[in-house]
Amino acid sequence: MVQALDDVVVLDLTQHIAGPYATKLLADFGADVIKIEPPWGDPARRLGPFLGDDPHPEKSGTFFYLNCNKRSVVLDLRTEAGREALASIAARAHLVVESFKPGTIEKLGIGWDFFQRVNPRAPMVSVSNFGQTGPYRDYLASELVIYGFAGEMYSMGETDREPVKMFGTAALFESGSAIAAACMGALWAAKRFGIAQRVDVSLAETHFGGVDRRHATAIAYQYSKRKTLRAASRSSGMPGGIYPCADGYVDFTNASIRYDRVLEMLGYPEWATDPKYTDPATRLNPQIVEEWNVHFLEWCLQRTKREIWEEARRAKVLCGPLFTMEDLVNDDHFRGRGFWTTVEHPVMGKVTIPGRPFIMPKGGWQLRRPAPLLGQHTEEVLRECNLPEAIIAEVVTAAQKGGVP
Amino acid sequence: MSRKPLEGIRVIDLCVVWAGPFATMLLADLGAEVIKPENPHVWQPMTRGAMARPPQAYLMLAPAWGGGYPNNVPGERPWNYCPTFVSLYRNKKSFTVDLRTPEGKDVLRRLVAISDVVYENNATGTLEKLGITYDWLREANERIIFVRVPAYGSSGPYAEARALGIHLEAVMGHTLLRGYEDADPSSNTAIYSGDYLAGAQGAFAVMAALWHREKTGEGQLIEIAQAENAAAMFTQAIMEYTMNGRLLTPIGNRDIFGRYPCNVYPAKSPGTAETCDDRWVAISVENDEQWQGLVEAMGNPEWARDPRFATNEGRAAHAAEIDARIAEFTRERDDYELMHLLQAHGVPAAPVLEASRMFDDPHLRARNFFRTQTVEGAGTHEYVGPLWQFPETPVEFYQPPVTLGEHNEYVYKQLLGFSDEEYARFEALGHIARDFDPSIP
Repeated sequence: MVQALDDVVVLDLTQHIAGPYATKLLADFGADVIKIEPPWGDPARRLGPFLGDDPHPEKSGTFFYLNCNKRSVVLDLRTEAGREALASIAARAHLVVESFKPGTIEKLGIGWDFFQRVNPRAPMVSVSNFGQTGPYRDYLASELVIYGFAGEMYSMGETDREPVKMFGTAALFESGSAIAAACMGALWAAKRFGIAQRVDVSLAETHFGGVDRRHATAIAYQYSKRKTLRAASRSSGMPGGIYPCADGYVDFTNASIRYDRVLEMLGYPEWATDPKYTDPATRLNPQIVEEWNVHFLEWCLQRTKREIWEEARRAKVLCGPLFTMEDLVNDDHFRGRGFWTTVEHPVMGKVTIPGRPFIMPKGGWQLRRPAPLLGQHTEEVLRECNLPEAIIAEVVTAAQKGGVP
Repeated sequence: MSRKPLEGIRVIDLCVVWAGPFATMLLADLGAEVIKPENPHVWQPMTRGAMARPPQAYLMLAPAWGGGYPNNVPGERPWNYCPTFVSLYRNKKSFTVDLRTPEGKDVLRRLVAISDVVYENNATGTLEKLGITYDWLREANERIIFVRVPAYGSSGPYAEARALGIHLEAVMGHTLLRGYEDADPSSNTAIYSGDYLAGAQGAFAVMAALWHREKTGEGQLIEIAQAENAAAMFTQAIMEYTMNGRLLTPIGNRDIFGRYPCNVYPAKSPGTAETCDDRWVAISVENDEQWQGLVEAMGNPEWARDPRFATNEGRAAHAAEIDARIAEFTRERDDYELMHLLQAHGVPAAPVLEASRMFDDPHLRARNFFRTQTVEGAGTHEYVGPLWQFPETPVEFYQPPVTLGEHNEYVYKQLLGFSDEEYARFEALGHIARDFDPSIP
């Protein structure tokens, strides 16, 4: 079946999470993403969770999700044969994406000049922690360091405790999403105007400029000199924030903006229709809010999170139950919509992962192949590039020798 | 102005709140002409602010990012000044039209006919009430790409559920996965990471669909169910469950891959959290070599030379003790000094930066990250820069955050060919305005 990007070849020199998530999106929509791995593999192969808790490089869930639909070619870029093979792939590519530490590809002799020489039409997207220029160019980072520095982590958590970040590596997925947009921008500039440029993506800047509050906390300060206090989402408003219920928790953030709907959800009980809760003059009084919340908490504790959400949906009240992954993966809504995808992998067997990121009926998402085994496509890809057999043999031997970074 | 990747592509922004406007802003940054039709008689909550005319008291009750208006007053035209709005409406155009009237809807139809993309993320049913459906758009323009961002999708039991980013993240598991390991989930702060993910991917989706259209001539309807889109961020928790049947629980700032130490530590603070003057440094050690770097940076203290700490297993077993020791080291030191010291020893570290401090950061200054813009009635300020740097097709902030109806003349006269008389008639009918109707609070 035709896919939107099936005429695009991507030379993918990214590793870990953010870059591979971007190239995964390109691959999901049809691009032929050729993933170059060093003989020791993408470090994401050593990140959990592992199937059966076995830390095997072909059993990483993180690697699996990020690399479905890609082909893996192992090259030792420290060798002449490795670089020659790289050049032959680059010559056929429409886009190069890389995430080495700034300065690394230049040291290896495969910098922007190298790619311009072998393929002057291909743009390159370079991903790094802080960008290719500036005093922190060579600084190291992790998800925590990037998000703490550049995301809105400072204002997350309890006032009297330390700031606390998002789950896992969520911030790197956000960056990956921004990188995917940059890749398409670079591809469009090349396609329409023949402009091949090296795009500089700083993971930090993808958060400094990002929509999850930080863009606005910055301008809020410029406008008003106000800063954003770190404060928890405890119940506040009528209702607002997170409440316990019979079997867990429900989030009613901002639900109070439509008190008419809240009353509808509650079934207009006498306590809730008291004018002191509807009068704008008294509604914001903290004591009255607290009093209201005593009643509301009682209502919540008598119901399960699903029962509460059903009532909220009926009345069109903003609400979300706090689901566990067990709740989520077994939920009828997402199953019924065909969201989850099960893929067969030669080592892992059947693996269930989140499916399409969005539904695009024409040329859209497809799962064509599971994540590649390390170097699974080295010979296949190099033959497609018409590389002489002698060099292919040399590349494969160098790759098999393995070695260390 | 230099070439732009998406110049000549016209996008109609029927978006609200954050996820939709972020997508169209990224398209605008890449050169698309993004036009926002706005109804001066209808308030879209939480787009140009919570209210058209917020009382002074409301501004101070709202968090700074919602209520931090210029000089802490609502101002003459408050709908042009809300921090969340101005952060998302650079490089876009605005015109006003009442889409509830037949002649107003016809204006939209004529604009659709000369556009490439319509993008919307309204509550389910909102556009249907106005008669704006994919079929209606396609009748006006066969090649149109229509992107919809319903919270849970247009089908299934949750299709009608009302949600902001925070609610669908709760459903997708995020709220039970993040936060302090020793506190209940209500100690979390409301966040909107799903708006980020779906927004940036919406821009990607449009550019992929345009690529497809270039080859086939086909437009289409794209559905980004924001909840489904957010799932990727929780991959490790999802796969821990689907592969191993295990449910993850919050681990605070620790590393999900079990590398120690990884946390935020107190730094020398000029004040307390109540005035946002507390300071913290994030440090994350990913291997034994980095641990040795940290030990050296701390001056090789005896406790750190303990051979049990030389391996990750040992550090994991004594994580609390190590964290307490590191905190002793960081507590009286400046957060930036700690970053430079630790980075010089090969250890990933940075201050947990309170937003106002980014304007003093020498790295961001060296990269010319900030852009100065002037909004009529709000004054001249520095805004955060673009998400990426394109050297040959640079992202320029050529249009400051757009004020209501700023491009009325451009859209009606230049794009749609209205005569002066027709324009005056539409003005008289109440379509054309720079202010929201006085009846709107």
